[in-house]
Amino acid sequence: MNSFNGFVVKEFKQIFRDKRTLVVLFGMPIIMLILFGFAIRNEVKNVKIGVLDLSKDAVTRELTQKLASSEAFEFSVYLSTYDEVEEVFKAGEIKEIIVFEPNFSEKLTLEGIANVQVITDATDPNLSNIVQSYTGAIIRDYIQELNYQGTTLQQGIQPTIKMMYNPELKSVNLFVPGLIAVILMLISALMTSISITREKEMGNMEILLVSPLKPIHIIIGKVLPYLVLSVINVITILILAHFIFEVPFRGSYILFFIEAIIFILTALALGVFISSVANNQQTAMMVSLAGLLLPTVLLSGFIFPVESMPYPLQMVSHIIPAKWFLIVVRSIMLKGSGIEILWMETLILFGIALFFMALSMKKFNVRLQ
Amino acid sequence: MSTIRFLLRKEFLQIFRNKSMLPILFVMPVIQLLILSFAATYELKEVSFTLVDMDRSIASQQLISRMQATGYFNLIEEYTSTEHAIQEMDKGSAKLIIIIPNNFSERLKTGDKSEIQLIIDAVDGSTAGLIQSYASSIIADFSRDIVTKTNIETASFERVSLKSINLIPVNWYNPQLDYITYMVPGILVVLVSMIGLFLSGMNIVREREIGTIEQLNVTPISKSQFMIGKLVPFWIIGMFDLLVGLALARFGFGIPFLGNLFTILIIAGIYMVLIQALGLFISTITDTQQQAMFIAWFIMVVFILMGGLFTPIESMPGWAQDLTLGNPIAYFIKIMRMVLLKGAGWKEVYVLVLILGSMAIGLLGISINRYQKTVK
Repeated sequence: MNSFNGFVVKEFKQIFRDKRTLVVLFGMPIIMLILFGFAIRNEVKNVKIGVLDLSKDAVTRELTQKLASSEAFEFSVYLSTYDEVEEVFKAGEIKEIIVFEPNFSEKLTLEGIANVQVITDATDPNLSNIVQSYTGAIIRDYIQELNYQGTTLQQGIQPTIKMMYNPELKSVNLFVPGLIAVILMLISALMTSISITREKEMGNMEILLVSPLKPIHIIIGKVLPYLVLSVINVITILILAHFIFEVPFRGSYILFFIEAIIFILTALALGVFISSVANNQQTAMMVSLAGLLLPTVLLSGFIFPVESMPYPLQMVSHIIPAKWFLIVVRSIMLKGSGIEILWMETLILFGIALFFMALSMKKFNVRLQ
Repeated sequence: MSTIRFLLRKEFLQIFRNKSMLPILFVMPVIQLLILSFAATYELKEVSFTLVDMDRSIASQQLISRMQATGYFNLIEEYTSTEHAIQEMDKGSAKLIIIIPNNFSERLKTGDKSEIQLIIDAVDGSTAGLIQSYASSIIADFSRDIVTKTNIETASFERVSLKSINLIPVNWYNPQLDYITYMVPGILVVLVSMIGLFLSGMNIVREREIGTIEQLNVTPISKSQFMIGKLVPFWIIGMFDLLVGLALARFGFGIPFLGNLFTILIIAGIYMVLIQALGLFISTITDTQQQAMFIAWFIMVVFILMGGLFTPIESMPGWAQDLTLGNPIAYFIKIMRMVLLKGAGWKEVYVLVLILGSMAIGLLGISINRYQKTVK
């Protein structure tokens, strides 16, 4: 046991002596959280729009005014001919052009219907979709007012909308759980795999293997520091998320930490597994990058909703531990769910953890080729 | 000149002898491009919703079948109480609950305002926004139809002629709003940047960590020869991967190439130099591969997230938009999209290319300058 203690102390010292990595290790979650919290959002705000008004009457002016005063849009240019649209879009700043047909208000009063064309730069289909639906809503509101002008009469269906769990629709609430998953993967899996292959590459592995330490001790000694670092990082993120971004935490902290530990163990096991396959640090890094980090970012539902993916990819996402961890953490933090709702996801996560731990133990060679 | 040739030979031999790296360099990017391009979509597929219908009238049924007929909404369950429906939402099965009160059809007939409630699972705020706007517009259409109908039936003529504005959506450059078309060029940029940055970033550090750098330092190889020897192989590999990716984008995904392919290749050449210069720079400020890799990864994540790949740069606050001015990935993604999808030419992109070019020269100068042949 004594030699084991010594080994653990060595590992900790090795990590804490490397100041540059430490700075990144602790700085990264903070910077990422700030970026996600302030800069990266899905909300559409101040999109630049242009108007091609072929009618120039009271109604079109009023509508332009309405669009310009909305938070989502920033009115930036009046076009005078249709040909200018292409020029404006190619320059890339303006994302939407609204075209009012000639004699707009006349048509509206006489025929009861007038046409407005909403041209979007659809290279970004998502933005184009959102921008169009905002425009539609503003025009709908306007016509509603126009129809019932002067009367107290309100006909028709009025939907009232209630946004559950995240009433202000803040993206940061969605991103914080994902961020925790990514950072845990990064530190636990990537750093572990690199630090073990490093011993191999430098030739120190032989020394460790001929020492009286059992393989299991070597593994534990290697992963323990990263476990500690991971937990510290999780706590940092939670504190920042709570105090700076006011991300709610409605569920139980104990449950959260249990789930986090299961996830960290999975990630550590993956790291050990990768290091047993890779012979040098470069390979280990590229494998963890391609095999772990990108799927964690893209296939887990962190940024893109899993439900939007094609069916085969949804199947693939089932074997990504981060997907289950995300469901669990989002439910705990935003919905306040307890274990009675999350038992299945927890069980799956636990199963994945056990599987990879067993696999990595089995793969970890006591002999070098 | 022959010095450089030998150096290049050494580097290529080293790369191709490492059998575990070969698939990572040449196969992995292709697989990733395939998988990630399909995964990266915000497109709203069918939304599962539940219903609490206290009215149980023809009107309420019409509304629900209208919602389902659009293909965006799919009714999965009906409940008798709102509480029960919300409990089920907690479990995550439905994204939307529609609650129709018991006087719904009554009020529609008498010409009063009729209310229904939409409860949306807003954990994912942007999806929630889309659900809201789709549902509201379907309800508004339905409402207008039914109001016109009742007005005609009850012969209240002064109310019959409801005005309406017909909105004709036109989507330029990507009429089907196909997300893959938008994502593939961006993901390709990220993949080649990762290969360029990580490999060049780790390469010199590796020589230093293993100790072979001393052997190189005592040879008559000059600083810039050494750097060229380190840069060129990964530049070639990066460009090769880019070409494969472009071919896949064109023939596999059917992405329209409106602009000139040569323009893209020339700009890509400049961009790869810049990315590798960044890698070399990381090499010169670190001591171990672990450090180099970690810093490279960190820079990469920030660049990707701030590069406009997943979330539009336009929706960032002003200061964050200013930060993206120093982000090479943001420039190259923008150029790729402009040239490939909109058919922009030199006239539109030359400023961006000039910026990339001067960044490349500056960074390359700094890192060659920082690399010391003598060991302290």
